[in-house]
Amino acid sequence: MSKVLEVNDLSVTFALRNSEVRAVNDLSFTLEAGETLAVVGESGSGKSQAFLSIMGLLARNGRTTGTAMMGDINLVGMRTSQLDHIRGKDIAMIFQDPMTSLNPSLRVKTQLSEVLVKHRGFDKDKATRAAVEMLERVGIPEPAKRANAYPHEMSGGMRQRVMIAMALLCQPKILIADEPTTALDVTVQAQMLDLFKSLTDDFGTSLVLITHDLGVVAGVADRMMVMYGGRAVEKGNVNELFYDPRHPYTLGLLHSTPHIAHRAARLDPIKGLPPSLEHLPKGCSFNPRCDFCFDRCLEERPPLMPLAGGREKACFYEGPLQTRKVA
Amino acid sequence: MPGITGKDQVLTAYANKLASLDAPKGRSLTQDALYRLGRNKAAVFSIVLLVLIVVVAFAGPYLVPWGYSQVDWSNIRKPPDFDAGHFLGTDQNGRDMLARVLQGTQMSLIVAFVATLVSVSIGVVYGAVAGYFGGRVDAIMMRFVDIMYALPYILFVIILVVMFGRNPVLLFVGIGAIEWLTMARIVRGQTLSIKEKEFVEAARASGVKPFFIIMRHIVPNLTGPVVIYATLTIPEIIIAESFLSYLGLGVQEPQTSLGTLISAGAPVAEVMPWLLLAPAAVLITLLFCLTYIGDGLRDALDPKDR
Amino acid sequence: MLAYAFRRVLSAIPIALIAVTACFFILRLAPGGPFDGERALPPTVLANLRAHYNLDQPLINQYFIYIWRLLHGDLGPSMVIDGFNVSQLIAIGFPFTLTMALTAFVIATAIGMLAGMVAAVYQNKWPDYVLVLAVMIGVLIPNFLMAALLQLWFGVYLRWFPAGGWVNGSWWHLVLPVTVLAWPHAGRISRLMRGSMIEVLGTNYVRTARSKGLGERLVLARHAIKPALLPVVSYLGPGLSYLLTGSLAVEQIFGLPGIGKYFVTAALNRDYGVVLGTTILYMFIILALNLIVDLVYAWLDPKVRYR
Repeated sequence: MSKVLEVNDLSVTFALRNSEVRAVNDLSFTLEAGETLAVVGESGSGKSQAFLSIMGLLARNGRTTGTAMMGDINLVGMRTSQLDHIRGKDIAMIFQDPMTSLNPSLRVKTQLSEVLVKHRGFDKDKATRAAVEMLERVGIPEPAKRANAYPHEMSGGMRQRVMIAMALLCQPKILIADEPTTALDVTVQAQMLDLFKSLTDDFGTSLVLITHDLGVVAGVADRMMVMYGGRAVEKGNVNELFYDPRHPYTLGLLHSTPHIAHRAARLDPIKGLPPSLEHLPKGCSFNPRCDFCFDRCLEERPPLMPLAGGREKACFYEGPLQTRKVA
Repeated sequence: MPGITGKDQVLTAYANKLASLDAPKGRSLTQDALYRLGRNKAAVFSIVLLVLIVVVAFAGPYLVPWGYSQVDWSNIRKPPDFDAGHFLGTDQNGRDMLARVLQGTQMSLIVAFVATLVSVSIGVVYGAVAGYFGGRVDAIMMRFVDIMYALPYILFVIILVVMFGRNPVLLFVGIGAIEWLTMARIVRGQTLSIKEKEFVEAARASGVKPFFIIMRHIVPNLTGPVVIYATLTIPEIIIAESFLSYLGLGVQEPQTSLGTLISAGAPVAEVMPWLLLAPAAVLITLLFCLTYIGDGLRDALDPKDR
Repeated sequence: MLAYAFRRVLSAIPIALIAVTACFFILRLAPGGPFDGERALPPTVLANLRAHYNLDQPLINQYFIYIWRLLHGDLGPSMVIDGFNVSQLIAIGFPFTLTMALTAFVIATAIGMLAGMVAAVYQNKWPDYVLVLAVMIGVLIPNFLMAALLQLWFGVYLRWFPAGGWVNGSWWHLVLPVTVLAWPHAGRISRLMRGSMIEVLGTNYVRTARSKGLGERLVLARHAIKPALLPVVSYLGPGLSYLLTGSLAVEQIFGLPGIGKYFVTAALNRDYGVVLGTTILYMFIILALNLIVDLVYAWLDPKVRYR
């Protein structure tokens, strides 16, 4: 397998009025051709900001350092005008909220066909025909008619299908899906995941699935990266991570997901709240919430250390992981 | 005139914010806003300058050697002259411009204050009544407001001039009386949400009369919007007043206002520019101060705006 | 869309009628009349005059006579300017007023939108600050004062433009009055445009458009401008009516032959016919403008049509 994206030491900072907040810290990972990588974490873990920064879509006060290599092109620090030749064509993104992510004042076909006009040089008619075909592929009934609709005339699931169609128009090498199912009904979620799987397989597209829901990850992803406080804390094959988590946070996540925790007698949510990025604790960011925390964790931040089988974790605790019930 | 300071948007944003809070927290929100206003340098500077203008306008006439209608026969059409004691010169009739500008500023401020008071009172009462009684009363009352909005404001003013012609006080009460529309809308919206609160329910259940409920429970919760509204209305009224006076429809000689002075100074500005520039400078300063205060209030209320 | 337009037209009719009625009675119930001149007229002459203009009849009859005539497009006679009826005065003065106001409107709207857009794109950089200051000056300084200052500076000291007066067909004479009219309007438009543009540039759908690699120019032109126009468009109606009423004053100041001249004189002389006629004309224009704005709004924001 070949790498389509190699990210090294990616950091994202936001300038506030009098201070600076680091949303992502020294993040490194690779994405192989055709694979599905799940990026998992609570809100505020930096998972969305990391990928927005790669896409050049940070808010005005955001700054990115590090590298994100697509082949021999570094996406970080690229001029927007050059980035525009890549995003939408080789790397596409789907956003969390399909209700607000489509332009309410433009017809669906306009929003789809413009991608092909820009990146493939199609004329308007040809682009519209291709757009309608793509709508059909993502399972929209009467695509020719639907293409003329405005977004507000469609349901949430329908709009997310439109978003998927839009992202896949140019058959990108990488598709980043940021919480693509969170805003949808549970019944629609499964359909949507199937659709992702089959389309990315057809096009050979690598999928990055950003989510906080391990239930979503289970059926779809090949590999998984768990993020906490702006850093990756555990990486590895999905099956191995699910059955043998090595980081207490991963374990906590698994135990707080109803679908997966059914073996446990009851849900066992992680105690406490995600940390504020402005006031990360000293040492390991997870230490205030960790059941396995010991004195070293309070002083020193654990680096990401390789384990057997290509896995990595950022934790000093080497003993067996079992939820220790707090009295 | 309506819309000059963006009053509608500011008030609507503020009202939405109030409505989104769980309990009516008009005062604490206002205190919070005032604290932030205190950190806004432009606004604080404007407040100081405004206070200074007000004090000088009211105390100044006692310190100036000339009365505003007193004629100095030996100094007619004098440019500013320190030796003669005419710091801003004199007009065609030999009246001291400094004294006249002070008097004019005073008059403009009084008129603005009275008219604002009138419009606030009408707006609050009208909006509170419409909101409190709701239903058909509300529908009819607010429909009337809609129709008033559709009428050209300035024509209304001129019709008022026709009605109250030579009596400036009544005239400006009239101006105040047509400035209340926005206030009424905001107050109505507020009242609609406040009247659902427990303390109003409690008062109603114990048989308190609607008038007292409105006065005691609803109006006090409107302090915030009223303060902002008043701040933003004053410059509008000052402009309206000066415009009418400029057209010769407002304050009459020998009384004077900033508008009257500008109107007298404009035609002769070529030969006696000081007659135009002195009142113009005061008017512009006044308007800028009031607007910066208004802007400061808006920023204080809605910090995400900047 | 057509049904929507029809509904909106229907709902404007009662408003127009109520407004006409209100104006009529407010004006008539005011003390004083058109013949309270400086010289007292002999009683017989006065009675004849009053009979001629139907002023001797009960007010309610006068009202119905007025409405009846109005429905036939007759605004009645002027009571002060001999031999002219109101429609004639409007026909003489209004085209000029309209031309001037529309010129100012078009120029100011274009400049305002452009400036607001530039300020939004360069938010908190120098073009933004320059614009904010220009807007402040234009919006804050009342038009008569702005007129006086511009006359003094450009007309008298620099002698670039004529300070006042009118020579037929000379747009040179219109430069200063149009500037005075247009400046505040451009200011308000640009302020609205800046605000809504900043908001739109932060929306999810603009982020989507950027993620598609469309290029910043296309993102602005296709995805941002149309939704950002919504608040601006809703201001255009009131904006044009401010310009039309504002031009009454500007005409007065620059000595231009528009309807403002007649209107102010009429108000001072309690010439009911002219004041009422002009007011009604303006009201209809404002109602029509609001209607047009609503329709444009419905086109810009497809959701509105379904309410």
